[in-house]
Amino acid sequence: MNNTAEKLILFALRLITYAIVLVIGYILFDIIRNGAPALNWQFISGFPRRSGAAGGIFPAIVGTLSLVVGTIAVSLPLGIGGAIYLAEYAEQDKFNTLIRLAIVTLAGVPSIVFGLFGLGIFVLFCGFGPSILAGSLTLACMVLPTIIVASEESLRAVPKGFRDASLALGATKWEMIRTNILPYSMSGMITGSILGIGRAAGETAPILLTVAAFFLPRLPHSIFDQVMALPYHLYILATQHPEADRIRHMQYGTALVLLLLVLGLSLGAILIRTHFRKKFRW
Amino acid sequence: MVEQSLYPNYPKDLEMVITTNQVNFFYGLTQALFDISLLIPAKHVTALIGPSGCGKSTFLRCLNRMNDTIPHSRVEGEISINRKDIYAPGTDVVELRKEVGMVFQKSNPFPKSIFDNVAYGPRIHGEKNPKRLAEIVEQSLQQSAIWDEVKDRLHANAMGLSGGQQQRLCIARALAVGPKILLMDEPASALDPKSTTRIEDLIGELRTNYTIVIVTHNMQQAARVSDYTAFFYEGRLIECDATPKIFTNPRQKQTEDYITGRFG
Repeated sequence: MNNTAEKLILFALRLITYAIVLVIGYILFDIIRNGAPALNWQFISGFPRRSGAAGGIFPAIVGTLSLVVGTIAVSLPLGIGGAIYLAEYAEQDKFNTLIRLAIVTLAGVPSIVFGLFGLGIFVLFCGFGPSILAGSLTLACMVLPTIIVASEESLRAVPKGFRDASLALGATKWEMIRTNILPYSMSGMITGSILGIGRAAGETAPILLTVAAFFLPRLPHSIFDQVMALPYHLYILATQHPEADRIRHMQYGTALVLLLLVLGLSLGAILIRTHFRKKFRW
Repeated sequence: MVEQSLYPNYPKDLEMVITTNQVNFFYGLTQALFDISLLIPAKHVTALIGPSGCGKSTFLRCLNRMNDTIPHSRVEGEISINRKDIYAPGTDVVELRKEVGMVFQKSNPFPKSIFDNVAYGPRIHGEKNPKRLAEIVEQSLQQSAIWDEVKDRLHANAMGLSGGQQQRLCIARALAVGPKILLMDEPASALDPKSTTRIEDLIGELRTNYTIVIVTHNMQQAARVSDYTAFFYEGRLIECDATPKIFTNPRQKQTEDYITGRFG
């Protein structure tokens, strides 16, 4: 009887897992099947023509990449710094609880709200205008909770023995953190952060109002320039374009490139983690 | 110098390096140590024994202020090392910990090379000269009787060493900073008998140059390695005396009960 129940549970759990894999598999299959024929050098390295109905998506790729770089540059130092404070310095008091509440809330804020916030603060108030800078700052705000949580976990995973040993040898707190905590937790922090940023790279709402251009077939010159971005470009092609029904291959191609980019980021994160894991084992 | 009424069996000319006066310690509202007044003689081994939770480790960690890292903890009373109150305002904890090294129960080498482990302390204290560092590393490893085993693989990861070797490496790492006092918190409790013997032999060699305070669960170990023994029970210091005296003819009944295995 008990054995039957065990088997049933196992079967049900397996079924659920397969269902998830199936859904992901189908999405991937659909995008690759329809997108792969559109992929060629001209598509990747060319500039769009006829509002994106023809030509390539190079400016959108560059735009999304520059947003990713900008987001990393802003959010990594802030997020990791915050995590170090929370994990190593902050006392477990009411103020700390308040900070944590803020982080959880921040994680739950809808992305369009971040977009509006970015429009209000960075684009208008700070006067950056719609630009890579404003977009990166907005995306950075959005991924901060992910980075802080991942980094804090990674810091707390460093065994107490290393901390005790460092301090007992006369290291100051910061020396201990710098020499015996950060090197071991860096991989976890970077991996978690890149996964979060990968998700942000595919977001449309936050960049919609802060950076993304509808059609801008040239490359940006500075961080104060507007750019096209893959998710927004895809949204335009699929829903706003007058020829939307006749450019399926362009839509799927763009989706595939975006997907590859995000997967590439995740893969990079995994490689970094493997590299560091080999370096520091305990 | 030595209070003869409290320590009738201590030699009169014994130099005391650590003195504690009515030390109380609190974890939040819980008091863990009550009025501990203890003298620890220089260049001898003093063992702290007692059942689990009796406060001996807490007391040990007061001596290099490692308890500072515990939130909401508090020390009262006076702890002096070389006649300097180590809890006085303005005390440089880094200097204190250079003077008072510590070895932990669970060996905790850093996931770095053997060399970098030993050189860690000198490096953070500003030693950059590679030749000088190499000297310190060799000297420390020799002092901890592990040099011959690791001299050919100084740049291998310390995590590849056996448990006993790791613990001796940790002792070498502590010695590299140049302490006068070595605190050991059950340094052999996680080791096999053979490794334990090597650690005990090592303590025997180090006692000529260092003041050693060792916490141990193992009474035979205390009897083997120490010159003086302090018995703790429920956060109080019950008795402190020359080790042979404690183990053959203690003054307090509680000590006798513990030694003879009637509790704890």
